[in-house]
Amino acid sequence: MNEVAAPVETAAFAAADYKSGYKPVWCPGCGDYGVLGGLTRALAILQLPPHQVAVVSGIGCSSRIPAYTSCYGFHGVHGRALAAGTGLKVARPDLTVIVAGGDGDGYSIGGNHFLHACRRNVDLTYIVMDNHVYGMTKGQASPTTEPDWNSKLTPGGTGVRSFHPLVIALAAGANFVARAFSGDSGGAAEIIAQAIRHPGFSFVEVLSPCVTFRPEQKDWKQAVRRTEIPATADPAQAARRIMTDDGFNIGVLYAGDRPVYGRTHGTGIAPAELEGEFAL
Amino acid sequence: MPLSPVPQSAPGPDSAPRSFSLAIAGSGGAGVMTAGTLLLDAAARAGLYGLMVRTSGPQIRGGEAAALLRLGPQPLATLDDRFDMLLAIDWQNLHRFADEVPLGPGSLLVGDSGEGDPPAALLASGAHAVALPLKKTVKGVAGAWVNMVALGFGGAIVGLPLAALEAALRASWKRSPPALDANLAVLRHGFGFAAGLDGHRPAALSMPATAPPGRWSISGNEAAGFGAIRAGVRFVAAYPITPATELLEWMAPALEKVGGTLLQAEDELASINMIIGAAYGGVPSLTATAGPGISLMAEAIGLAVAAEVPIVIVDVMRGGPSTGIPAKSEQSDLSFAVAGLHGDAPRLVLAPTSIGDCLTTTEWAVRLAETLQAPAIVLSDQFMGQSRAVVDRPAGAGGPAPRLVVAGNTPDYLRYADTPSGISSMAIPGTPGTMYTADGLEHTEKGIPSSQAGDHSRQLDKRRRKLEQFDYGPRWADVEGDAALAIITFGSTSGAVREAIARCAAAGVALRLVALRLLAPLQAAALAQALAGVREVLVVEQNHEGQLLRYLRSRCDLPGRATGLHRPGPLPLRPAELTAAFMDWAAQQDHGEGRA
Repeated sequence: MNEVAAPVETAAFAAADYKSGYKPVWCPGCGDYGVLGGLTRALAILQLPPHQVAVVSGIGCSSRIPAYTSCYGFHGVHGRALAAGTGLKVARPDLTVIVAGGDGDGYSIGGNHFLHACRRNVDLTYIVMDNHVYGMTKGQASPTTEPDWNSKLTPGGTGVRSFHPLVIALAAGANFVARAFSGDSGGAAEIIAQAIRHPGFSFVEVLSPCVTFRPEQKDWKQAVRRTEIPATADPAQAARRIMTDDGFNIGVLYAGDRPVYGRTHGTGIAPAELEGEFAL
Repeated sequence: MPLSPVPQSAPGPDSAPRSFSLAIAGSGGAGVMTAGTLLLDAAARAGLYGLMVRTSGPQIRGGEAAALLRLGPQPLATLDDRFDMLLAIDWQNLHRFADEVPLGPGSLLVGDSGEGDPPAALLASGAHAVALPLKKTVKGVAGAWVNMVALGFGGAIVGLPLAALEAALRASWKRSPPALDANLAVLRHGFGFAAGLDGHRPAALSMPATAPPGRWSISGNEAAGFGAIRAGVRFVAAYPITPATELLEWMAPALEKVGGTLLQAEDELASINMIIGAAYGGVPSLTATAGPGISLMAEAIGLAVAAEVPIVIVDVMRGGPSTGIPAKSEQSDLSFAVAGLHGDAPRLVLAPTSIGDCLTTTEWAVRLAETLQAPAIVLSDQFMGQSRAVVDRPAGAGGPAPRLVVAGNTPDYLRYADTPSGISSMAIPGTPGTMYTADGLEHTEKGIPSSQAGDHSRQLDKRRRKLEQFDYGPRWADVEGDAALAIITFGSTSGAVREAIARCAAAGVALRLVALRLLAPLQAAALAQALAGVREVLVVEQNHEGQLLRYLRSRCDLPGRATGLHRPGPLPLRPAELTAAFMDWAAQQDHGEGRA
C-alpha cells in the first residue's frame, strides 16, 4: 500500500475538509466515529473533491454518516441505500459513490439488494458498520447477532444462525471484499481508499462496536489483527480463508477483476427521430 | 346507480360513427395477434382509424387469445357494444370469450370447416355461423400460415382493398421472399372466400378516398414511454410486471438510442429507490409498474415527497386487490394513488384519457415532477397500455422542463428554502460549494434533520404550497359542452363516456363532459368553474367502490346529489350500456326537477 503514503497535511484536501462539522447523534465511544474518520481520511488519500463524492445511506445509527461529511449526501429509507446508490452511479458515472450503513439495514431489510449489488458489480463502494445489533431501536438482534444473545424482543436469543456477510458477498460476486476495524481508523482509511479505487462493487465490512448495547465488543480491540497474507484474486482461496478465520482478520481478503456494470452514455439521437417507429 | 354487468344486445340510439368490430381468435401459436396487427395496419393504409385490444386466457403460452378490433372513419377510443364478426381459427376454449366478444343476430361467426360446430355459448347469441376451409387452404403450400387466410377473409368482409392487406403483409415481412409469396397467395385466397358468402354478412365499411398523412399507430405503453423520453427521461429502473412490461421493453432500446439507460432491478423496492437516486443526481427518471409493484413502492414515494426528488411512476392499472386479474383492466388504484402514503404527503397524480394521450400526459407528468420536485404517478391501465390504435399524431406537452438548480458556490445555500412558490433550488451532485444531504427525515431549510414543530410545519406547508399554487393551465381536464347535467370521469373510461354522450346528444339529451387528467392536486376551483350552471353530476369509473366519486366528495362540493356509476373490470364499460344509463339518469333528473 505504498501509494497511500502521501502525507495528508500537505495535500489540497485534508481529512478534516471532508467533515461537515455537524455533531453526530452517536453515543460517546461509538465505533462509527472511527469509520467517519477512516472514510474522510480515505477521501483525503484519494484527493477527491468533496462535491464529486456522494455518500448514500439508509436508516440506522451508522446511516446518519452522509450529513457528517462535507460531500453530497443522500439519507433515504431503511434498507434501500444500495438501490439509491446504484441508480445514482449508473445515471452519473462521473461521481464517486459511497454507500454506507449498518448490519440491519444492509443484511436484513436490505439483504436482497446486497446480493444483487454484489452480482451487478456497479462501480461503487459499500461500507457496512457491523455491530451485530440494532442500536437506533435500542438493542434488538440483527442478522449478524450471535444466536444466543438475549434481547427483550428475542428472550434467550434468536436461536438463528448468524449471517456471514463476507462469504455471501464473495459468493454473490462482489469484486472486492475486505474487513476493517473502526478502532484502527488509519488502517480502515487505507482499506476504504483501496476499495474506492478498485473497479466494480467493493464491499468493506467494518467491525464497529456498539458500546451501549454490546459493551462486550470493546474487547474487539484485542481480538483484531491485520492479515499478513496479501489479497487474492482467486475466489475459492478467498472463500476458504474467510470461512476458516475467526472473523477478526483485518485487510483486503479478495480483489477480483470481473467486468464492471455499465453502458456507454452517448449523447444519442434526438427523441424526435423515434417518431418514425409510429408514423404511418 | 346500477349498471348491467352484461352488455345489452339492444344498443342505444344509433348515432355512433359507423364502425366495424371484429375479433380474431384462436389458441396460442395460431397467430391471431399477428393477423390483428396486420389488419389494423392495412386499415390505416386504407385511411381508416382503428383500435386493437389484446385479450388472452391465463396460460403463459398456448392458451386461447383474441385480437379485438374496431375500425372506422373516425378516431376510436373504445370498443363497440357488439362485434360484427368473430373469426376463429379453432374453437379451443373460445367459449371463455363469450362475455368479451358479445355477438348478435347480425353478427358473423366464422370457424374452420375442420373444427366442427362453434361452442354453444357463442351460438346462443344468434350469430350466423359460417365454416371456411382455413386450414385446408394452406395444406400443401410450403411456408403458408392459416392466420393469413383469416386476414384475407376478415379484411374483405370489413371492406378493405386487397392492395392494403398485401402492403401490410409485405411491410412486416422479415423472412424469406418465397414464404412471403406463399402467404400472399393464401391471403388472396382468403380474400376470395368473402365473395362466396350468401346474404348473411355485415355491411362493409366504405373506404375514404385518400389515406391522410400524419397518423400514428401506437400502443398506450409505447406512447407513455415515448412521452417520457420526449420530456427528458434518461434513466429507468423497473421490475417486470403485467401489463407494464411492454412499456419497459419499448423503452430499453429507445433509451439506448437517445443516450439513456434502463436497468432491470431485483424488485420494485429497488427500482423506485434507484430512480430516486438517479433523479437526485439530476437525471430525469421514471419507473413503470402495476398495482402490486406500486404498493411495494409506497414508502419510497414518500421519500421523494420529503426529500423533494422528482420521479415519475407509471402505474398501468389492472384488476386488484393483490394479484387480482393481472391481464385485465380496472381503474382501482386511484384511491391508493391519491391517498396511499403515510404522513401528509402531497404528490401529483395524472391519468391519460386515451391511448394517444398516454404520450401527452406522461410527458406532462415528467415536466411537472421536474418543475415541482415531487413524485408524479401516471394512472394508465391495461386497456390503454396493451391496446394499439391508429391515432392523429399526439400533441405532446412541450418537451423537457428545466429543474430549478442552484449555481455553484452560492453562499448560504438552503436546499429546502421556504420560498413563496414553495419551490427551492436544487443542488446537483458535482456542483462545487453547495453540498447538502437529501433527507427523508424532517429537516430544516438547510436540510439538517429536525424534529422541531416549527420546521415540520414549515416544510409541510412548503411541500403542499408548491403543488397547490402552481398554475397547471387548461390541461387539467377535457371539458366539453355546456349542458346542465354533467358526467365526470377519468382515464380510459373517458373514451366510452365520450361516445355515449354523443349518442345521447343525437337522441336529444345534452350532457356536459369533464374528463379529469390531473387528479392530484385536485383543481377544485377549475372544476367548480367547469361545472358552473350544472344541476347534477354523474361520476363514471371502472372500479367497485366508486373511488373517484368518494375522492371528489372529500375534496370539493359537487352540484346536486352527485351520483356514481361504476363497475369493476374485467369487462369494459361499453357505449350502449352507458348511453342507456345516461338516458335513464337524465330522465330522472328532469323528473325530479319537475317535482321540485
